[in-house]
Amino acid sequence: MEQPERDVVEQTVSTNLPRLETRVQRPSTAPGTTIFDVRNVSIWYGSFKAVTDVSLPVYEHEVTAFIGSSGSGKSTVLRALNRMNDLVPGARVDGEMRYRGADLYARGVSATAVRRRIGMVFQKPNPFPKSIYDNVAYGPRINGTRNKGHLDEIVEKSLRQAALWDEVKNRLKQSGLALSGGQAQRLCIARTIAVEPDVVLMDEPASALDPIATLAVEDLIRELKKNYTIVIVTHNMQQATRVSDRTAFFSVLTDSKNDTRTGILVEYGPTQQIFEDPHDARTQAYVTGRMG
Amino acid sequence: MAVASDQQPVDLRDPAGWRRAKNRLATGGMWFAFLCLLVPLGFVLVTVIAKGAGIISWQFLTSSTIPPSVLPASFDGMGAAVVGTLEITGVAAVIAIPLGILGAVYLNEYGGNRPLARLLSFLSDVMTGVPSIVMGLFIFTIYVLHFGYSGFAGSLSLACLMLPIVIRSSYEMLRLVPDDLRQGSYALGATKARVTVTVVLPTAIGGIVSGALLAVARAAGETAPLLFTILTVEATNPNLFSGADTALSTQIFVNATQPYTGAVARAWGSALTLIAIAFILMIVARLVTARFNRYSR
Amino acid sequence: MSATVQADPATPAGSASGLTTRRPLGDRAFQVIALVSGLLVLVILVLIAVIMSQQSTSWFTTEGWSGIFSTDWDPAHNKFGAMSFVYGTVIASAIAVIIAFPVSVSVALLLTEVVPRRWSQPIVYVVDLLAVVPSVVWGLWGFLVFIPWVQPIYAHVASAVNGIWILGNLFGFLNGNFVSGASFFTAGLILAVMITPIVTSLSREVIATVPTTDKEGAYALGATRWEMIRGAVWPHSQSGVVGATLLGLGRAMGETIAVALVMGSSPTISSHLFTPGYAMAGVIANQFGEATVGVFRAALIGMGVLLFLLTIIVNLTARAVVERNVRRIRGTA
Repeated sequence: MEQPERDVVEQTVSTNLPRLETRVQRPSTAPGTTIFDVRNVSIWYGSFKAVTDVSLPVYEHEVTAFIGSSGSGKSTVLRALNRMNDLVPGARVDGEMRYRGADLYARGVSATAVRRRIGMVFQKPNPFPKSIYDNVAYGPRINGTRNKGHLDEIVEKSLRQAALWDEVKNRLKQSGLALSGGQAQRLCIARTIAVEPDVVLMDEPASALDPIATLAVEDLIRELKKNYTIVIVTHNMQQATRVSDRTAFFSVLTDSKNDTRTGILVEYGPTQQIFEDPHDARTQAYVTGRMG
Repeated sequence: MAVASDQQPVDLRDPAGWRRAKNRLATGGMWFAFLCLLVPLGFVLVTVIAKGAGIISWQFLTSSTIPPSVLPASFDGMGAAVVGTLEITGVAAVIAIPLGILGAVYLNEYGGNRPLARLLSFLSDVMTGVPSIVMGLFIFTIYVLHFGYSGFAGSLSLACLMLPIVIRSSYEMLRLVPDDLRQGSYALGATKARVTVTVVLPTAIGGIVSGALLAVARAAGETAPLLFTILTVEATNPNLFSGADTALSTQIFVNATQPYTGAVARAWGSALTLIAIAFILMIVARLVTARFNRYSR
Repeated sequence: MSATVQADPATPAGSASGLTTRRPLGDRAFQVIALVSGLLVLVILVLIAVIMSQQSTSWFTTEGWSGIFSTDWDPAHNKFGAMSFVYGTVIASAIAVIIAFPVSVSVALLLTEVVPRRWSQPIVYVVDLLAVVPSVVWGLWGFLVFIPWVQPIYAHVASAVNGIWILGNLFGFLNGNFVSGASFFTAGLILAVMITPIVTSLSREVIATVPTTDKEGAYALGATRWEMIRGAVWPHSQSGVVGATLLGLGRAMGETIAVALVMGSSPTISSHLFTPGYAMAGVIANQFGEATVGVFRAALIGMGVLLFLLTIIVNLTARAVVERNVRRIRGTA
């Protein structure tokens, strides 16, 4: 993979595919509604401070990318956005995380309700050992939809939105485990949007997929942002430039005196600016490949 | 349900009541199941301790003659049965444990994926499911009919019971020994036997011992195999190899249905003793595992 | 160094005189000993089948197929039909499994999904303690304490359901006002408590293999814990848990002493669960001492063979069920 030049960004995915010339995404309008407002958030796992003092806003109908080297806390922050960190014993969030103005970690807030609105797609596709239909219908079913006709509609609509309908419409009863990697991931995306969330979080959704499946998922992300807000963690910088409107660059802060490491947010801004004109030296080092 | 893109605070409280109720009900059900286990356990332990503690004494544990059932609790004790249990189980352990470990060594170190090894592994799994009474009947037909009742026959039947258990648990422990340890020893010119005895077994020894102790605890409590092999008597038999013998488990069985309070009291005392023996073995097994884990990190 | 290989058994490996092809005696002896130890399992199983069948042939020749499975058991008159005992074994074990299955799976789920790792120790201790209590102690307690205590309870239940369609047949009175503390149901209950530890620990192992990503996937869709268990955990562990329960069934069928003491020792076939019955293992244990006559003893040993075959079949089924589960999870659907 080539390194980005300063002015024009030309990327080739592989030598066998037609060359793609994509300019770095520009957000088409000024930022709209603030979906997430993260203020001075630090996240602990027991006594280990995984992330320190992160503040950033996430805007509606945009794709926001978290990039950075491993251990920099990007996945940690992502998972905190839909309270998935609750599943880790000893996890604690300091600071304020607001979703549409409501404090996500306030007393009385139900993690279940949060996750219905803020869905998540994982790195390794994880279809349930059920049929394709039942995979997509799982979410609506637990939310009370029982009517078969209604469920059929939801399943079709979600699979269409995930660009999977044509491939599976004749084998909905087949097991979800029988799909290829790329198809399985799109199934998981369909499953996630079947509950009609507000936000879809994606934790390295394409890193376990081959290049062609990766492109398909990236196309999907660009389509989905019309109806949802997307936050994606990726270690692939070119992917960030291809799909995201805004990018947040995380890094690891080492304290050699106490021998501790923690993740910090270095810079956050429109993707074009991060990659073409980074303000921070560390950002520049990362995006030009000298580090990370 | 499209969410309006204004800044009204969102309602993030619990989902529909019936979902939460189902969740709560399920969790409650699981705790209730645990309660269903706790109650009989508590019931049994409390009863055994209450009824048995009163009769336990040094005399009870060591007297070498078991009094006839009619005599009240203060007469003599179960010493003979304690000795019997320890002896019979001990000999069974001496037979079954080395054979079991060696069998596991064959399966893991030599057998590999060969059909014979897979068959033997399969059969030893099958053998763990054979009821203890069948082991007792087996030794009866193959040994007692020719050599008469004896403590040793009892040991044989207990050994048959323990063998597959020891093989299984030792096999699992041997599998956990990382291959690089073996490679390192081979590279120094050791033969396979030497590698196994000097490197693999010592590494796995904690888990193997712990598994063996649990098998012994199980064997000590067994009654059925002994019924057909030792023919419970009322006195110590110093000779393990000839003549009927006695053990705590069979004594409890015999005394349980006696109409005499003395016999019943002795049964409770024996039960407490037996539980204590099994419990101690279990605790020791736990400690060994804990110690083993500390060293193997 | 010369390339010739010397077959010199007196030279230990690695000695200065060169390489040897012969493995040292000690090494081979060790392998042979290990092999023989492993073969013991095969030998014992074969011997059990062969010798015990041999010892029970006189039962078969005297009674024939129909006689063996008749319900007429009367040693005094040379009648040795084993059907009542087969029935007793099956019923008591079935009750045990019906009770133990939900209890064990619930406790296994409690340990893996509900209780945080740190606080799971006490629960594990309770399950282990349950396993450590010897079966004769369960029998002793069952016979002397539980049976007298539970009898009036049975009487109350029976009078409440007597006459009601199915319930009356199962739990109602048999003749007049007769219920017995020592009965099918009591045996099933105590067997359930005895097999729970093994079913629980096996189920735990099975449930622990459910991939975390599946569970996270369910949670990420906004599922409650119970919904996650039903959607992500259960499909994965279904067959494994059923296999574990079948293994428990095998244990229950072979369990002797507790059953001998609390089942009532009365060879009857009846649907009324609060009445006494008799299981194969129980009758063998109780009557072996008196069985000095050839056919009597052959009959008891023959029932031992039956028990042997039954438990092997159940165990094999359990393994087959678990194997299917493993293959399905590997994604070959």
